[in-house]
Amino acid sequence: MSKIFDVPLYAYTRSPDQDEGMPVRHPVVIIGAGPVGLATAIDLAQQGIKTVILDDNDRVSFGSRAICFAKRPLEILDRLGCGEAMVKRGVQWDTGKVFFDTRQVYEFSLTEEEGHKNPAFINLQQYTFEQVLVERIREMQADGAPIEIRGRNKVEAIGQHDDHVKLEVETPEGSYTIEADWLVACDGANSPTRRMLGLDFDGQVFEDNFLIADVVMKADFPSERWFWFDPPFNRGQSALLHKQPDNVWRIDLQLGRDIDKEREKRPENVVPRLKAMLGDDAEFNLEWVSIYTFQCCRMDRFRHGRTLFAGDSAHQVSPFGARGANSGLQDADNIAWKLKLVLDGKAPETLMDSYNIERVHGADENILNSTRSTEFITPKSEMSRILRDAILDLSAHHEFAQPVVNSGRLSVPCTYDGSMLNSADALAAPDLTRPGSPCPDAPLGDDHLLDKLGNDFVLLTIDADAPESFEENGVAASRLALSVRDDPSLTLKRQYLGDAPSGVYLIRPDQHVAARREAFDEPHFRAALRRATGKE
Amino acid sequence: MSDKLILSPNLNNADGFFDALARAHDGLEKSTSDAFNARLIFLLANHIGDNEVLDEALTAARNSGHYR
Repeated sequence: MSKIFDVPLYAYTRSPDQDEGMPVRHPVVIIGAGPVGLATAIDLAQQGIKTVILDDNDRVSFGSRAICFAKRPLEILDRLGCGEAMVKRGVQWDTGKVFFDTRQVYEFSLTEEEGHKNPAFINLQQYTFEQVLVERIREMQADGAPIEIRGRNKVEAIGQHDDHVKLEVETPEGSYTIEADWLVACDGANSPTRRMLGLDFDGQVFEDNFLIADVVMKADFPSERWFWFDPPFNRGQSALLHKQPDNVWRIDLQLGRDIDKEREKRPENVVPRLKAMLGDDAEFNLEWVSIYTFQCCRMDRFRHGRTLFAGDSAHQVSPFGARGANSGLQDADNIAWKLKLVLDGKAPETLMDSYNIERVHGADENILNSTRSTEFITPKSEMSRILRDAILDLSAHHEFAQPVVNSGRLSVPCTYDGSMLNSADALAAPDLTRPGSPCPDAPLGDDHLLDKLGNDFVLLTIDADAPESFEENGVAASRLALSVRDDPSLTLKRQYLGDAPSGVYLIRPDQHVAARREAFDEPHFRAALRRATGKE
Repeated sequence: MSDKLILSPNLNNADGFFDALARAHDGLEKSTSDAFNARLIFLLANHIGDNEVLDEALTAARNSGHYR
């Protein structure tokens, strides 16, 4: 049976651009049809921006790779019209178990937040994830959306100019040149774009090797995340078991430093390791085996003139905590609305500097968390190991030690504290919804709050008066009028008002809070809208 | 400079605690003793709970070693 990653999904076809005498100029060109490039393209095209994706390949990623998708990215995907398709195909989970040596030391539950539409996490193979995004693009194309994926179009050279980028593209039928007002490089951890532009990528390299094996087996393990420290089947190291759809299981085994990668990758060496873990009787087929090391690093800046870096090309983290693809999707979420305003001439080009500032902040948070997890999982000194093991022993007996155990701090959305787009907080309401925060969801009858936000600026009023819309320098915000009575579960009140009697929120197209006050005050909200679009 | 960490005598039975701590290690292998100490540190740290006090304790421990 041929697997999805064996089939061309966006086969090469000749583009009219290749037959033009002069290079054709596009508003946005994206390099890389991975999760981040596809999501950025969908977001832009949904807003009417003509977008071309170039990929040196013609199919989805080989092997499952990123498998855990967190709530915030699912909310972003809802805005992109394919969140529900992802949830339907994914495996939901909310329980994690931690084992030390031969015993389970504790179990945790990712708190399902009442009234939120999306689950805390789903597991879904990256190839399926990409396939769903490509299906969404095909659906948009059928509706006439200006979006195009060019398979086997490999960028060979990049010329940066003040107001555009020039690209030399190699295809099976020879090379051609195109231009882009803006280039978004989503070409992964080894980003050729980064290399061609001679840009640094600095950070900490970790030396431990990890073996990833995706196995297909019929097993009755529950849909939970199981993490072992120092298990009998992988002494002195760690192990992870995670369920994916279609009876595929992800197994991640730490192998330590200084190993022979080629030897360890051979089935005759992989299979005994897996049997030690799963039992001699376990029947399974290897779908994908890979050995990886990782680094935690980022580019100094994510914007270089008219080129923006997003996802792994801009920042890389350890896999613990599922902060790679999840943060890349938040990059996409941050880029698209800003590019739209800049391309429409409704915001200054400097608005793109806020992309750099906000997402560098997010990357630093992810790097800090994933570095700490890595240090807990792979202690570097004898004393670090003694301290680590002490916490694991204590966690089996005393609750206080459980939150100290760090098998990965699972991805949570970033709040853009200190961003130049935020207005000062002017509402005595919970911190959860302070300016810079992603809006938390709330139930509204048969609907959900987040489904009513996004893509444009929204003025959310809760038990407060305001005009139905207002416009400032060509950017409009339209009102969503709610009352605490619209949500009997009081989630809306708890999250957005607390003890305040009313609230007015200016919400960005990416569903982050820009400003909030108790009542609508026109000069303040006009200023907030200017500020949120880089004009103050 | 310590603002919050108590550095004046505060144990109501200092001899008794020293004795109890030393005896807790009686007959233990070095590795078992190290693990015991590590567990004890985390238990005490959690009881204290205040990161400023703990940071001051880390500094005081660092600065009062024989080989400083």
